[in-house]
Amino acid sequence: MSEISQPAILEIRDASVAALREPSLMVVEEVEWTILPAEFWVVAGQQYSGKSDLMMLAAGLMNPAGGSCRVFGCETASFGEAQLAERLRVGFVFQGGQLFNRLTIAENVALPLRYQKNWTSEQATESVKTLLDILELSPIADLTPPNVAASWRLRAALARALILKPELLLLDNPLHGLGVRHRQWLLHFLDQLWRGHEWLDNRPMTLIVSTEDLRPWQNARRKFALLHEKKFVPLGLWTEIAATENPMVKELLAEPEEIIVATKSL
Amino acid sequence: MQGKLSNLFHLPEKQWLGHVPLPRTYTDYLGRKLLLFLLTVQGLGAFALITLGVILRKSGMAKNVIRPRIRQEIARAGVALLPMFIFIALALGFLVVGQTVAALEKVGAINYLGSTMVIVVVRELGPLLAAMLVLARVGTANVIELGTARALGEVEALEALGIDPVHYLIVPRVIGMALGIFSLTVYLIIGTLVSGYLFAFLQNAALTPDNYFKQITSALGWLDFVLLALKTIAFGFFIAIVTCYHGLAQPLRLEDVSRVAVRAISQGVIVCVFVDALFIVIYLFS
Repeated sequence: MSEISQPAILEIRDASVAALREPSLMVVEEVEWTILPAEFWVVAGQQYSGKSDLMMLAAGLMNPAGGSCRVFGCETASFGEAQLAERLRVGFVFQGGQLFNRLTIAENVALPLRYQKNWTSEQATESVKTLLDILELSPIADLTPPNVAASWRLRAALARALILKPELLLLDNPLHGLGVRHRQWLLHFLDQLWRGHEWLDNRPMTLIVSTEDLRPWQNARRKFALLHEKKFVPLGLWTEIAATENPMVKELLAEPEEIIVATKSL
Repeated sequence: MQGKLSNLFHLPEKQWLGHVPLPRTYTDYLGRKLLLFLLTVQGLGAFALITLGVILRKSGMAKNVIRPRIRQEIARAGVALLPMFIFIALALGFLVVGQTVAALEKVGAINYLGSTMVIVVVRELGPLLAAMLVLARVGTANVIELGTARALGEVEALEALGIDPVHYLIVPRVIGMALGIFSLTVYLIIGTLVSGYLFAFLQNAALTPDNYFKQITSALGWLDFVLLALKTIAFGFFIAIVTCYHGLAQPLRLEDVSRVAVRAISQGVIVCVFVDALFIVIYLFS
């Protein structure tokens, strides 16, 4: 899907990533990463391996502690009002959604549109309704997030990230805590976005997801990377990681039962 | 924009100061306290300047989102507190004005009632009491709401959506609180003066309503109106800044929120007293 001649959407060079809540603590170092348009990257790592911090860096929400990070050719360290247009080309879905608890699901989804375009709630209604329908959120549109199950909150957060039609979408551990039905729906929907969804005028989207379990992401055309011991290791395509001897990759590919057995045998 | 807000006011040296072992001497202790005080002043000053800058630069931006939020904050820091302020005004009138009338009558100084009331109620007690009540009721809610929002990652979510957290969360609170305290102070003063006269009337004080209000109006100068407006707006601005700073500007965990709320309210009281002292100086020199 990607073409080498295309300009990179994201370029991270020799970057160090600090923890958001503890800036003196380095969680990933020496990151070298280039993402081209319409690529689908899966970044795997165990808990506390720095996935969320790396994702926030890639989205321009954090500055690198060292090195550089460029999103759409723009240095994220200098992201400010003047670079708002570039900023809005990036969508981000936090693990857990991070919805605004005082707003309803529909108001959460409408907020970016209303703020960025200075629209009234009436002006935003049509776009919001269309997107809520696509994500099957209409029945819970008037509920506030605390009254909605976590799986639906994540879906609402996805709708909120998509309302401005970004070109690059990052999802931090999106499958975490999802039931089978929501998991299948999300994998299918992300695949549709990647190939070009009607909401995005059939334009293919660039996607980056982080995960603690590689198995659900199996796809011959996705690219994979590993976060382990503060290192960012690009792994390549699925065919390459399926054949790898890397013990961490094997653990991330293992069935939960296999991990339990392996732990017991220690 | 920045998770960037999280780093803007993040003062690692301040956290370090809070965790070092107990100092061995009083001078060490005082030095540490002074340093913490200066760092807090630096953080609050930076936050206030950034907020002012955002108010000025983005006054016309996202009006359809920000104006309803400002109205909401005015309702919260003003209209919703009106019943409580009417009660306080009645109580204050009975306690202060009524007793003052009785005391002045005993010494035959009832003609000084107007100037006494202006000094006590209009210049001092009214604005300061209104500020303290709003600080206690709305300021506390501000710290808890923003602290919780911060701890739950809502600030980062705003930044991810290209929404300036200062513009969306702080500016409406600052404007709402400034206008709320100003309006409530006016109502408090009027209510106190009226209820005070009612109490004096019940005591059979030799004072007609005409005479009472004439004394008050003649004791009031144009400067009283100007400084009353400036003082109450300053109270609202600084209370909002202190409470929002503690709630929003530093990364928090949920368990930190109650501790931060206590600190914010203490600092809010101190800031109000400083602002009040500043206005006393202005009165004295004018």
